Amino acid sequence: MAMNYLEKLENVTVLGAAGKMGRGILLLTAMEMLRQKLKPENHKRQFVLYAMDVDNSALDELMGYVRNEALKYGEKNIVTLRKHYQHRSDLIDNEEIIREYVRNLTELIRPGTRIEPAFDSRIIFEALSERPDLKVDLMLTINRNSRLRPWFFSNTSSIPIVWLDEQAGLEGRIMGLHFYNPPPTQKLVEVIKTESTNPGLSYFVAEFVKNTGKVSVPSYDVAGFIGNGYFMREILYAESLVNDLQKSFSFSEAVYIVNKVSRDFLLRPMGIFQLVDYVGIDGVQFIMSVMNSYITGENIHSAFIDKMMVLGSHGGQKPDGSPRNGFFSYEKGKITGVFDTGKQRYISVDEIAPAGDEYIGSLPVSWKPWKELVRHPHKGSLLGVYFDELKEKTSPGAVMAKDYLQKYREIGTGLVKNKVAFRFDDVNAVVMHGFQHVYGPVNPYI
Amino acid sequence: MTAGYNTVSMGTGRSSFHPKKPRPMLEDYIKEAGQHVLEQIGGADHVDECVIANFIAARYNKQANLAAFFPFIDEGLTNKPCVRVEGACATGGLGLATGIKTILSETADVVLVVGVEVQNSVKAVYGADILSAAGWYRERKEGHAHFFPGKFSDRAGAYFQKYGREKTRQAMALWYRNAIENARLCPTAQEYENKTTELEKLAFTEPDPNTFVDHLNVYDCSKVSDGASAIAIMSEEGLKRCGIAKKDAVEITGLGQAVYDLTRSPKDPVWLHTTEAAVKKAFRMAEIAHEDLVTVECHDCFTIAAVMAVEAIGFAAPGKGTDFILQGNTSHKGKIPFNTTGGLIGWGHPTGATGVHQAVTIWEQLTRKAEDAQIKIPRNKFHALSVNMGGDDKTLVAIVYKKA
Repeated sequence: MAMNYLEKLENVTVLGAAGKMGRGILLLTAMEMLRQKLKPENHKRQFVLYAMDVDNSALDELMGYVRNEALKYGEKNIVTLRKHYQHRSDLIDNEEIIREYVRNLTELIRPGTRIEPAFDSRIIFEALSERPDLKVDLMLTINRNSRLRPWFFSNTSSIPIVWLDEQAGLEGRIMGLHFYNPPPTQKLVEVIKTESTNPGLSYFVAEFVKNTGKVSVPSYDVAGFIGNGYFMREILYAESLVNDLQKSFSFSEAVYIVNKVSRDFLLRPMGIFQLVDYVGIDGVQFIMSVMNSYITGENIHSAFIDKMMVLGSHGGQKPDGSPRNGFFSYEKGKITGVFDTGKQRYISVDEIAPAGDEYIGSLPVSWKPWKELVRHPHKGSLLGVYFDELKEKTSPGAVMAKDYLQKYREIGTGLVKNKVAFRFDDVNAVVMHGFQHVYGPVNPYI
Repeated sequence: MTAGYNTVSMGTGRSSFHPKKPRPMLEDYIKEAGQHVLEQIGGADHVDECVIANFIAARYNKQANLAAFFPFIDEGLTNKPCVRVEGACATGGLGLATGIKTILSETADVVLVVGVEVQNSVKAVYGADILSAAGWYRERKEGHAHFFPGKFSDRAGAYFQKYGREKTRQAMALWYRNAIENARLCPTAQEYENKTTELEKLAFTEPDPNTFVDHLNVYDCSKVSDGASAIAIMSEEGLKRCGIAKKDAVEITGLGQAVYDLTRSPKDPVWLHTTEAAVKKAFRMAEIAHEDLVTVECHDCFTIAAVMAVEAIGFAAPGKGTDFILQGNTSHKGKIPFNTTGGLIGWGHPTGATGVHQAVTIWEQLTRKAEDAQIKIPRNKFHALSVNMGGDDKTLVAIVYKKA
C-alpha cells in the first residue's frame, strides 16, 4: 500500500493552483512530496507537481507564496529539517538547510497554464472555482487524454461528487476532499466518497491526511456537505433575525446586534457576519446557488446576500490575509464600521454600538473570551458554568443567544437526520475544527 | 572601576521593541554607553586607552574593525590606542581583563571599556548559527538546530539523571522567578516590564523536543538582546585625574582567567570545571573566602548553568546547588544575592556586553547606586564576584571587586 501511495504521489496536478484553496493544497502536497523524498529510501524517486491555472501572473504570485510559506515552515521546523538533511554534509547552518528546503520544495513545482502536463499525473487535485461546467470540462479532458486512469480529488464545497463522477465519466475514480481555508493551517478535511468510489482512493486519502497532519471527517455526498450545510443555514437564520430586528433598529444596528450576540454570547472567534466577510459574500452567494440547484424541498437562498452583492463590498481577504470590507469595514483586522444598505456607506461602529449594546445587555459574569477557552484544559466545566448562567438571564441579548443555540442544535441534528453527516460527532468535529467553535451544535449545554 | 553605564537591553519583552521597525544599531549603542561614561569622568581627554568587547558583529551586523568606533563616541578619542577583544559570551569579561592589565602594566591610568552586541538583526533561528561559532565549528553539523540550548540541554539531562529531575526543575523554576523579579527592579532590564504573575508555573512548562530541545524550555534560556555597557578602569592616579572619589569606585582585588580546549567535550557534563578554575584563581588573588562576598553576578545563560555555577563557584557541593537555590540563598534578600538586576535571563544577554554589564551592576551595588535594585551591604563585608563564561564552559573570566 505504501508503495502504491508513493507511486501515485510521484506525479500530481493541482487544477486552480493559484486560487486561495488551490495554492494551499499545492503547498501541502509539495511538502508531503518533499517529506517523502527526503527519506533515505526515496532519495532516487522523482516527484513532480504541476501547478495549473489560467493566468501567468497569478502563477508568479503563487510561486512567491510557496517560497514564503516554505521559508516560514523551515524556520519554524528547523529541528525536524536538520534531521531530514542529516545526510547532506554540505549543509551545516540552519540557514543553509532552510534555503535548501525552500529550493527543493519549489523545484518540485512546475507552474503552467496548459492542461497537457496533467495527462501524465496519477493524482489530480481539483481546486477550481465552484463552476460545475468548468470542473467537468477539465476532468473530462484529462480523463480522456490520460492513459494512467488518474484519481481525482475535488475540493468542491457544494457540488455532489456523484454528479461530477457521472458528468466527467470517471467511473468511481473521484472523491471529495474538501479543505478549509487556509488549507495549510486548517486541520479539517471533509472526505466524501460515493457508492462507486474506488476503494484505492480512500487508502490514498487516509495516508495523505495522516501525513499532512489533518483531521478527516466523512460526509455523505450531499451538496454543501457538512460544513456549508451548517454554515449556509445559519446565515439564513441570522438573516431572519436581522429582518425581525429591523422593526426597531436600522439595518446596520441589526447586523451589529446579531453579529455581536453570535460572537460574544456564543463564545466564537467571529460573529456570523464577520465570518461571511471572511469567506467572501460573493463566495457565500455562489455556494448557496450551487447548493440550491441540488437540494430539493428547501430554499438555500438569501435575498440579503444578494442585496449586499449589488450594493456593498464583497468581503474576502487581501493578499496579506487581512479582511476586505463586506458587511463591516475593517482596520488592522478590527471592525470599524457597519454597512448601511440605505445610505450605501459604512456607519462608524462608535455610532452604532451604544444603541446595540444597550439592547443586547451584559454578558454573563462567568464569560471568558474565545481565545482563552478554545484550548483551555477544563473548557467543558467552564462552558457548563457559563451556559447555566446564560439560561437564567433574560436580557434581549441573552434571549437571542438561547434561541440561536436552539437553532444551532436544530441545524446540527438536521444534518444527521437528513443524511448529510453520519454522526453528531462528525458535525461537531467539522464545526469545531473547521470553524474553530469551542463546542459543536449538538452539545449538552442548552 | 567607576562610572558604569548600561543601555536598555533591547529585545522581546520590551514594549518598544518591534522586530520590523527601525531601532538603534551597533554604533548607536556604543555611542550611548561610551558618552555616559565620559560624562561621568570629565570627558574624553581623561582617557588613555580604550577597549571594545564584541563577540561577532562581523556576522550579526556585517561590521568589523570596531575599535575605530571610539572616535565616533567622542572626537577626543581620535588617535588613542584602542583594541577590540573577543571570547564568545566571555567577551565582556575579557574586555575588562584587558583594561585591568593595561592599568597594571602602567601604560595607562584611565581605560574606557565598552561591551556591545546587537543580535536582533536576524531571526533567532539564524542567530543560532552565528552563536554556534562560540563552539567548535566542526561540531555544528552534528549539533542541535538551537546549538547552545542543545549543549546545555544535554548538561541538564545529565544533571537530572545524576541528581534527580524534580528538585532540579524546581530550582531552575525558582531561578527564573528570581531573575524576572530582580529585572523588575531595573529599568534597563529586558524583562523590566514583565507582568506575569505565575512565573514558576510558567517555568515548569514541559520542554518540547520537536520544536526546541529535550530538557529545557524557552524560560530556561536567556533571550536575544541588543545593548551596550561601559565602565572606566582607573589607577589611583586616574581617579585623581578624573576627580572621582574612592567611595564612587570599586577596587579590583582578584582576576581569574581560564580556558578549556574548544575541540573537547566537557570533562564531566554536570560540572563546570573551567568556571571553578577561574573562580579559584580570582579568590586566591583577592585572598578572600565565600563568606566575604556580598553579591555575585554569575553567567546564567540557562537556568541549569546557574545551578551548576552555584556549585562550581563553591557555594554548594556537587548536586547541592539546587538546595542552595531552593533555600532562598540566591534571591534578592537571600544570604548571597545573585544577579541582582536579573542576570542574563532577566536583564538580558547582549553577548559582548554581558561581562561589562556584570561589572556595572556590581559597581552600582557596592557604591549604593543601584536604586530600586539596591541590596543591603553589611558593614563587615566588602567583596563581590562576577563570573563571565564563553561557550560551553570554555573561556572564563572571574573578577573580585571590593568596595572602597
